[in-house]
Amino acid sequence: MTGNHQSLVLVLFSVFVAVTLGITTWASRNRHGSAEEFYTGSRLFSPVENGLAIAGDYMSAASFLGISGLIALFGYDGMLYSVGFLVAWLVVLLLVAELVRNCGRFTLADVLAARMRERPVRIAAGTSSVIVSVLYLVAQMVGAGSLVALLLGGTGGAAQTWTVIGVGALMVVYVSLGGMRATTWIQIVKAVLLLAGTLVLGVLVMVRFGGDFNELLSTAADNSGFGEAFLAPGLEYGGSWTDRLDFISLGLALVLGTAGLPHILSRFYTVPTARAARRSVVWAIGLIGGFYLMTILLGFGAAAIVGSDEVRESNEAGNTAVPLLALDLGGGADSTGGPVLFAVVAAVAFATILAVVAGVTLSSSASVAHDLYASFRRAGAKQRSEVAVARVAAVGIGVVSIGLSLLSGSLNVAFLVGLAFAVAASANLPVLLFTLFWRRFTTRGAVWSVYGGLIPAVALVVFSPVVSGRPTSMFPGADFAFFPLENPGLISIPLGFLAGWLGTVTSSEEADEAKHAETEVRSLTGAGAV
Amino acid sequence: MEPWDKEISVNKHDGRDAGEVRFDDPWYDALAFGWAETDGTGEPAPTVPAARRAQEEDSDRAAADVYLEVQRSAAFQEVRSRYRKFVVPAFVSFFLWYVAYVVTATTATEFMATPVAGSVNVAMLAGLGQFLTTFVLTWAYARHARLRRDRAALQLRWDTQELTRGARGGAA
Repeated sequence: MTGNHQSLVLVLFSVFVAVTLGITTWASRNRHGSAEEFYTGSRLFSPVENGLAIAGDYMSAASFLGISGLIALFGYDGMLYSVGFLVAWLVVLLLVAELVRNCGRFTLADVLAARMRERPVRIAAGTSSVIVSVLYLVAQMVGAGSLVALLLGGTGGAAQTWTVIGVGALMVVYVSLGGMRATTWIQIVKAVLLLAGTLVLGVLVMVRFGGDFNELLSTAADNSGFGEAFLAPGLEYGGSWTDRLDFISLGLALVLGTAGLPHILSRFYTVPTARAARRSVVWAIGLIGGFYLMTILLGFGAAAIVGSDEVRESNEAGNTAVPLLALDLGGGADSTGGPVLFAVVAAVAFATILAVVAGVTLSSSASVAHDLYASFRRAGAKQRSEVAVARVAAVGIGVVSIGLSLLSGSLNVAFLVGLAFAVAASANLPVLLFTLFWRRFTTRGAVWSVYGGLIPAVALVVFSPVVSGRPTSMFPGADFAFFPLENPGLISIPLGFLAGWLGTVTSSEEADEAKHAETEVRSLTGAGAV
Repeated sequence: MEPWDKEISVNKHDGRDAGEVRFDDPWYDALAFGWAETDGTGEPAPTVPAARRAQEEDSDRAAADVYLEVQRSAAFQEVRSRYRKFVVPAFVSFFLWYVAYVVTATTATEFMATPVAGSVNVAMLAGLGQFLTTFVLTWAYARHARLRRDRAALQLRWDTQELTRGARGGAA
């Protein structure tokens, strides 16, 4: 890569950072310091704005670069991810979005606390929300570090370390100064940039092949080195039965985890009504679906135009497939167009990471301040405003995730994301669905459900080949991996549901009929919703 | 007669503004506009500080009874059954379709590789089919909710809020 590339990438990075800091300044000038304003932007976003922001929250750099890269390397198997990430939104649309908007105020725990004894469910749901968010944050920041180092051609640890610190500092500034209003607008800007970028690249790929999808596929198969097998599943996950089960486990976690991600749930509180929440999810499904269709085009396009071997040479995991494709589509490395398109793609990927981490940080600071701090505060302690606590929490979460990201720099990003989804699906989704739909569900059931999903999910990972037993593990020297799968979802999701059921049938207290009536009436009609 | 004993659809009592009604709630504007005759009469708030605590407990219980009453009403049961009759079959079918797709893709790879037209094989059609069914189901759900649920749910929301306010005001 030439110096010109790099300076162009840096200029575009700086422009995006300047614009987002401008948005933050503007948002912090308009704020009134209330919790409503900080957590939800006063619930005044329109469905289109929120739909774009949801898409911006969800379409991470891992999808943009990672899935296209997987398709470029392994063909069809990468596409399985795109499908899982999209279908997950049906769970959100049908079972979660409207009901959560009607019942809650700021966090997941609000929905549970409407029916159950407040303190234990707040502590449980707050803890699992923070764990999911931190896992997700670490995944994004580790990704940011390696991505920026890769795109800027920086070698070794220094560039990576400073990127992680820079991204962490920026996200703390966005969130603690701008709250939900700034975070949402940053996500909207990012979603527009990302969608426009993928659309342009997708159209260029189709133009290259004269609009013939069949031609694109057969060229991709020819240039992949695998032939026809490239277009069928099995290249990456078709090996042993353990691999296959692992993929099924991941597929379950993807489809059920989205509805339990705290930063996705908190987006429904930014619109005035349940109807607006539904319309924002419909917008989001359209945008996200279009985006994943484009990633399929880009992945096969990269295999066809760049060639799988060249992609693999540049980056083992395939993460540079899209930037390399952009370079080629723009006219090659020696033209004017190639480097410009490359720089634009790099800047869009960077914007993507910043927006996603800001969204996750905001929702986890809400969990800390609104659920955990409120539950653990001593009775005599000085009353602080919740927003002030949330700002401090954002700084704290920023520091913790910067530290963890620096420590876990060698971990696979896709694995971390899959793990965050698995924990969300095991700990957050069962308790949410039981609370909304099961008349007899009790406080004990709720608490057991959260911990009964959370603890197995985390424990199974500790005893999986990811942590020990393989040369690629975190501790390659030790071997205590008696659980064969990398993703715990297949076991821990059913355990979360089972624990909720078991806790309910064994609890001595009866479910409160009146509270259940209130939850059901409120969730379906919106009566008394804030 | 207690105010919450009335028919769900009748809202003639003079509800006071209870604390839980928020002025920046857009639905509140619609509500205040629609029920202007019950609002803003300028009467002083009927609070009696000395007995306040007991009254609040009473009125909370009264409000809880309102929700039980609404839950048992035919109007609410109709809304709930319309929601469930759509959501349950829809959820079961797309979830089974997705699980079948993932399981087939990981276990029956040869079947998935069967060519259909040119380079397009069964796997590609199934994957794009997942996208298509997601879009279609999203559209169908949004349409069903808009046409079959929204109006009734909004009516219930107004009625319930009126009754809750009445219950709290009535106990004071």
